[in-house]
Amino acid sequence: MKETPLSNCERQFLLKAIEEKKRLDGRQTYDYRNIKITFGTDYGCCIVDIGKTRVLAQVSCELVAPKDSRPTEGILFFNLELSSMASPAFESNRQSELLVKLNRLLERCLRNSKCIDTESLCVVAGEKVWQIRVDIHVLNHDGNIMDAASIAAITALSHFRRPDVGIQGEEVTVYALEERDPIPLSVYHMPICVSFSFFQQGTYLLVDPCEREERVMDGLLVIAMNNVKITWNNQSGAFLNVQKTQSNAFHVR
Amino acid sequence: MAGLELLSDQGYRLDGRKPSELRKVQARMGIFTRADGSAYIEQGNTKALAVVYGPHEVRGSRSKTLHDRAVINCQYSMATFSTAERKRRPHGDRKSSEMSLHLKQTFEAAILTQLYPRSQIDIYVKILQSDGGNYSACVNAATLAVIDAGIPIRDYVCACSAGFVEDTPLVDLCHAEETGSGTAVALALLPRGGQIALLQMDARLHQDHLDPVMEAAMTACRSLGQVLDGVVRQHLQEVSILTGE
Repeated sequence: MKETPLSNCERQFLLKAIEEKKRLDGRQTYDYRNIKITFGTDYGCCIVDIGKTRVLAQVSCELVAPKDSRPTEGILFFNLELSSMASPAFESNRQSELLVKLNRLLERCLRNSKCIDTESLCVVAGEKVWQIRVDIHVLNHDGNIMDAASIAAITALSHFRRPDVGIQGEEVTVYALEERDPIPLSVYHMPICVSFSFFQQGTYLLVDPCEREERVMDGLLVIAMNNVKITWNNQSGAFLNVQKTQSNAFHVR
Repeated sequence: MAGLELLSDQGYRLDGRKPSELRKVQARMGIFTRADGSAYIEQGNTKALAVVYGPHEVRGSRSKTLHDRAVINCQYSMATFSTAERKRRPHGDRKSSEMSLHLKQTFEAAILTQLYPRSQIDIYVKILQSDGGNYSACVNAATLAVIDAGIPIRDYVCACSAGFVEDTPLVDLCHAEETGSGTAVALALLPRGGQIALLQMDARLHQDHLDPVMEAAMTACRSLGQVLDGVVRQHLQEVSILTGE
């Protein structure tokens, strides 16, 4: 189903309100909505709520053969799905632009920043490594899926425990959860994405846009940071003058 | 790769360039007669080809038509022989889709789409040889192709990649530098107004190093803008001689 278009008067109302530094839900320009994180019963299951946006992440693992180019490293695989229950605009159409964008951002944020030690996932070099798969489902879309997904992914990865393995000569035994305690993954740091939306060619900046604000924004800047360093990501759409005053906003977070 | 020195003690890079030096740029416009606009660019060893069709009626699904502006359709692909190892690249894979999306966003910001409501502009880019800076070469080639097609554009869109090695920002990275140094920033700039069309960064970078890398990338984009301007003017001169003006 195509998304219901936003009426011109609603668009003007939102933009006018942003010019006067007012947001629909009464937040300040640099305020986040309430973030709630709950865990499921299994290891590696996590639900994150940012305001009304709800995202579920589940981590699972299996033993596979490693990639030829990296025989001693485990594999980290991310899959984000926009289920139709999240918004009437999401169809089961696989190639939607938003899906590709979110998936790639998530991969870049979590895989390229090397937040998980993949070398410790190796069992038998060149033959068997752990493949850690993170499945993220968007349950309700009220804006800013990226931040919710990144928080859910890294939290689920920190919560996850993989089965213990024993190697005796050539034999590899995977112990069940009852036999031996499962082992957590080694997480080096936790990168979290922060989204900034731009309005009126960069004059106004808002953090954590809700769904309505996302519809009228000119551009989006997503920065993935941990508490020590930065990993940036994408900035999309329109042009804007990134002035010094605005770049100070990045240091606020 | 261990032992590969990206920046020597004297301040020279792997291919002998200084940190703020760009690779040699050679470009040609109007190479295909069938397409509305086409361009070919070589930045060092990276070779990219761009072709523009349009503005024309929206093909495929009519629902994509926008009533007040043109739809921009970009497709990015790499030739199978473009990298050291031959790899079959299916069109729909995530990386190509992401690049196509980035190109689309970059050009939506630059092209005056309001002048062509209910139409579509196609931009097809192919990398013939990949040696780092794929996105930048694509954007530069596409800019020249769009100008060759006569589509009104706000300003040249110049793109350049930048990295950070041993406290020095490097500009216009080659493949070894991209994979070796970790950090790679790709910046697409509209030079006259200093406006950023797209900014993207891979891997990690400390917050304090961000400003020098951005500055280096913006300066490089401006110099690239002057090079592209020279190419366009020269092409116009040749064409006007041929048509006898």
